[in-house]
Order: sequence, then structure tokens, then C-alpha cells
Amino acid sequence: MTEIQPASGVADMGGDSGWGRAPIIDPDEAVFPEKWEGRAFALALLSMRLSGSNLDAFRHAMNRLDREHYIDDGYYGRWLYGAENLLLDSAIIAPGAVEARAANIAGDHVDEPPAPEATKPDYAPTAAGSIREIDAPRKFTVGQRVRAKTMNAPGHTRLQKYTQGHVGTVTIAEPAQVLPDTHAHFIAENAQWVYTVSFDSRELFQENAENFTLNTDLYEDYLEAAS
Amino acid sequence: MSDAQSSSDRIPINLRTEALEQLLVERGLVDPQVMDTFIKTYEKDVGPLNGAQVVAKAWTDPEFKQRLLDDGTGAIAELGFKGPQGEHLVVVENSSAVHNVVVCTLCSCYPWPLLGLPPAWYKDPAYRSRVVREPRTVLNEMGLELPKDTEITVWDSSSEVRFFVLPQRPSGTEKFSEVELAALVTRDAMVGVAQVNA
Repeated sequence: MTEIQPASGVADMGGDSGWGRAPIIDPDEAVFPEKWEGRAFALALLSMRLSGSNLDAFRHAMNRLDREHYIDDGYYGRWLYGAENLLLDSAIIAPGAVEARAANIAGDHVDEPPAPEATKPDYAPTAAGSIREIDAPRKFTVGQRVRAKTMNAPGHTRLQKYTQGHVGTVTIAEPAQVLPDTHAHFIAENAQWVYTVSFDSRELFQENAENFTLNTDLYEDYLEAAS
Repeated sequence: MSDAQSSSDRIPINLRTEALEQLLVERGLVDPQVMDTFIKTYEKDVGPLNGAQVVAKAWTDPEFKQRLLDDGTGAIAELGFKGPQGEHLVVVENSSAVHNVVVCTLCSCYPWPLLGLPPAWYKDPAYRSRVVREPRTVLNEMGLELPKDTEITVWDSSSEVRFFVLPQRPSGTEKFSEVELAALVTRDAMVGVAQVNA
């Protein structure tokens, strides 16, 4: 059941170049410019419940998508494909069912596969949301120098590739939260402390990078002490 | 294991969405009225007007502002704003010395209870990838030119903490009421790609 599928790598785009000029802001943009986008949004939220899954699994279901499916139909496109992945994983819908129904809506007459027997993950959250109360002491303190580990996670992670291996300073001690890396695969909540870590831009990128501070949240498992 | 991506012919996304909705609705797994409610909530009720109220109150009530910066989640809940994607809120203040700007490089995490669902520019790969590498250039391209001596801090939302920018109050608004101030505050200023103008 907990077969771990790798991320395609498309989603982890922080620090990449090649995506072109920054977008133009449309201050009057509709929340859902096209009707299907609202439907896809609602279907995805409901699919998380239907599949007996969770938010981290949903994010990973999107991170598994190849470039075409992640990018070409935009944000709610990847929500829809991600939702389908969750529903396929839990056998709420059969492989090929969506394609067959789409063909029939378009006027074709193809056989549709029967609804399968659901196989939801053996998983139940210990509380709502992602924040947890834990007793463990914090491993790191505000002001401490820490290094983001280089991890090569087999499945889901929130440790961006652009921070890996770099040294920063803990600036905020954040609440404890479930670890996405294990939660996404229904292995364990593994609730642990989270830290906002500040990095100098020239530590992350090259010496001649723009001068700024980058703050990001890193889970305790992602960090080690640095001198 | 089969994946949604294994189909060879691309089906138009609106048709694909309709097909999935039909499949789930006809088996009683999804109620279309519940879907309508979700959609309407984010089209009508939950949007940047919430965040603008928080900002206007912070600009006019120094004690509230202090609580907001010390405990964002608690201060924002005083105004009744909470919900999905707002489990823990951290508010960061812009000044002439420091300019904060928020991104989520890994997906598009965004403080829904305060700003609603993210706009297209926030979800654009160019914004997600580049603002953590060359924020000054990206902000320039988006129409915000900051003074050279203003330091930039970029916040990449990677946990369930959500960051919210308290923009600088524009000069010339000393006599404005809270309601008049709220009307000036834009979504883009509360993410940090714009400033509030009087």
C-alpha cells in the first residue's frame, strides 16, 4: 500500500532559471477565470477526503506529475491530475475511467471500466491540521548556525534542492508539525519542531548574486548543527 | 501502478474535469452542491478584503499591531479570520529599511483566510523559481522599484506556517479612517510585490 513513488522534480523549481520573465499582475483577475477551474478546485478538496488521504499526499500526488501535466493546464490542472492520482491510488476510480467517460461525453460510445473495490490507506490523523503538541526538547535554538542536509528523499519532501548543503541561522522557532516526508506516504506523522532559517543569498547562490536574505521553514530532520 | 499521467492522448482539461465530476457524483461520492459552496466561499467570502482589514487595523491601533507582530494567528483570529491554510500565521512588517516578499517555491502555499486563493502571478513558475534567486530583478519586472538601500527578505513558505506582509502605511493618510485605509490596501502589497499608494 505504501509504495513510494518518486517526485518528477518539476515542482522543486526554486532557484531555477529558464522560466522567463516575471509575470504581469492582473489586479482584476477572477478567482476562477474558467468554470472548470472552480470545479477542479472543489473536486480536489473532496478527493482528499474520499481517498482517505491527506494534504501532504495530495502535494506529492502533484509532485509526481511529469512536466506536461504539472505545467500545461496550469494550477488547477495539476490539482485535477493530483486528485486523480489520489483516487487511483485508493482505487476509488478505475484506471481509464476518466478517459472513457470523457470520450462518451464527447459523443463516443466506449465501454467504461466498473468501479473498483476501494483500498484506502491504513491511516488516520491524530488531530486536525498539521500542527501538533510534542514533548521533545528542541534540538536547535534561535541564533544557532545550522546546515540544511543533502537528503535525496525517495518520495515526498519539503526540503528544497536550492537550500540543501547550505548554512544559515535559526531566526524563528516555529510550532511542531507533522513531517511531510513520512506523512505523505502514510508511514507516520513524525511530528517535530520546525525552524525558520535565514540564509544569506551569496551562501545559497554565487558570490555575485543579488544581496538579500532568504528565510524558509525547515523541519528538524532536515537540519544539522553547523559551526 | 497507473497514474493520471499515463494516458497518451490529451483530453481537454474542462472535459476531463466534467468526466471526473460525473463519475463521483453518480456514485453519490460527491455532492455538487457542496462543490458549489466551496467555489462560492472563495469567490465571494474569503479574499484580500480580509487581509486589508487586518492591515488597516494595524495601522490605526498600535496595540493591535504589536499583538499582530507577536502572535499573528491570535491577533488575526480576533477579527474572525481563520480556516484552511491559516493554521499558523506569521506577520512581517515592511519599512523603508526592510522589504519582505513571500513565495512558495514548492507549490503555491498562500494564507487563504486573509487573501483567498492565490492569483496567477503567484503560481507562475517564473515567480516561484526566480524570486528566491533575484528578488530585486523580479520585483522590478513586476513594477516595484525599491530604493537601493532597502534590504530585501524573501520568505519561502515550505511548512504549514503562512507568512503575511504588513505593508508600509502611505504618507498623506494621517486623517484617513480605518475603512478608508482598508480600501487602499491591495492583495499584491500583502504578498510584497507592490506597495500601498494613497
